[in-house]
Amino acid sequence: MESLASVIGVVHIAAAIALSNGILTTFGQSRIVAQAIESIARQPEAADDIRSAMFVGLAMAETSGIYGLLIAIIMLFANPLINILVNLL
Amino acid sequence: MSLNIDNLWVINIAGLEIWITETIFNTWLIMFILILIAIIARIKLKNFDEVPKGFQNIIEAIVEIFDNFAVNTLGKKLSYIAPWYFMVFVFVYSSALFSVFGIRAPTADWATTFALAFATFVLMLSMGFKHQRGEYLKSFFGPHPIFFPLNLIGELAKPISLSFRLFGNMLSGTIILTLYYGLTPLLVQFGIPALLHAFFDVIVGAIQTYIFVIISLMYIRNAAE
Repeated sequence: MESLASVIGVVHIAAAIALSNGILTTFGQSRIVAQAIESIARQPEAADDIRSAMFVGLAMAETSGIYGLLIAIIMLFANPLINILVNLL
Repeated sequence: MSLNIDNLWVINIAGLEIWITETIFNTWLIMFILILIAIIARIKLKNFDEVPKGFQNIIEAIVEIFDNFAVNTLGKKLSYIAPWYFMVFVFVYSSALFSVFGIRAPTADWATTFALAFATFVLMLSMGFKHQRGEYLKSFFGPHPIFFPLNLIGELAKPISLSFRLFGNMLSGTIILTLYYGLTPLLVQFGIPALLHAFFDVIVGAIQTYIFVIISLMYIRNAAE
């Protein structure tokens, strides 16, 4: 029982670490938006093109954050290792 | 709403178990409503006038906006696949909107988003072979044949990243709202969740739907040109 508890504790820490890549993702997204706003301020007539390119770029940059989130969710709710451990005990 | 996808019924067909989950039920519910709207629009199509007004105005505006969007991203030559993506757009966005009413969004299940992304993948391959023929196959062997495994992984990662992006965003909204409903007292469950629903379902849903469609269209354009 103790080993199961320690594994669950480690899993929670690992989920938190997996989520921490949101720091870099958000940083990258903020740079994209900052650049896009700067370009829109410089050329307001190209605002529509810049906006659609910005959204695509934001989605691309968001991918790694989403992967981290999914890894955290899988670890918390659908962890295969815990089932193996329960079978072992 | 719950974190897990509940299983509603199990149908036995010749020893084969078919699980009717919440996702399938909600998908069919949304499909039923969308098909009903489509049939009403089709019946009203007969007495559409030259000068649009009322209901006709809405329908024409929606179709025209999406047509312009598809022509802008795909180019005139490839825009004949726009109706399929119009369907994807309407389905994904209405599934996000229906989760406002407490119906678990079908797109918060990886099966749905992977099905949509896999359709994009198949469409991308077939459009590539249709418009470029041998050239498309040659593009897999990149600058040098040694890059073939890298190119193959890059192509196979497309449907996965496309589906995970939509799935992750929808699931995170569902989880946050479930936590809110589960952890707060009944007193604050009226009115305040409307703001959360407005952000996580309506705004994030609209942005993610737009991104899903535009990235699919960009993949297809890259493959076909």
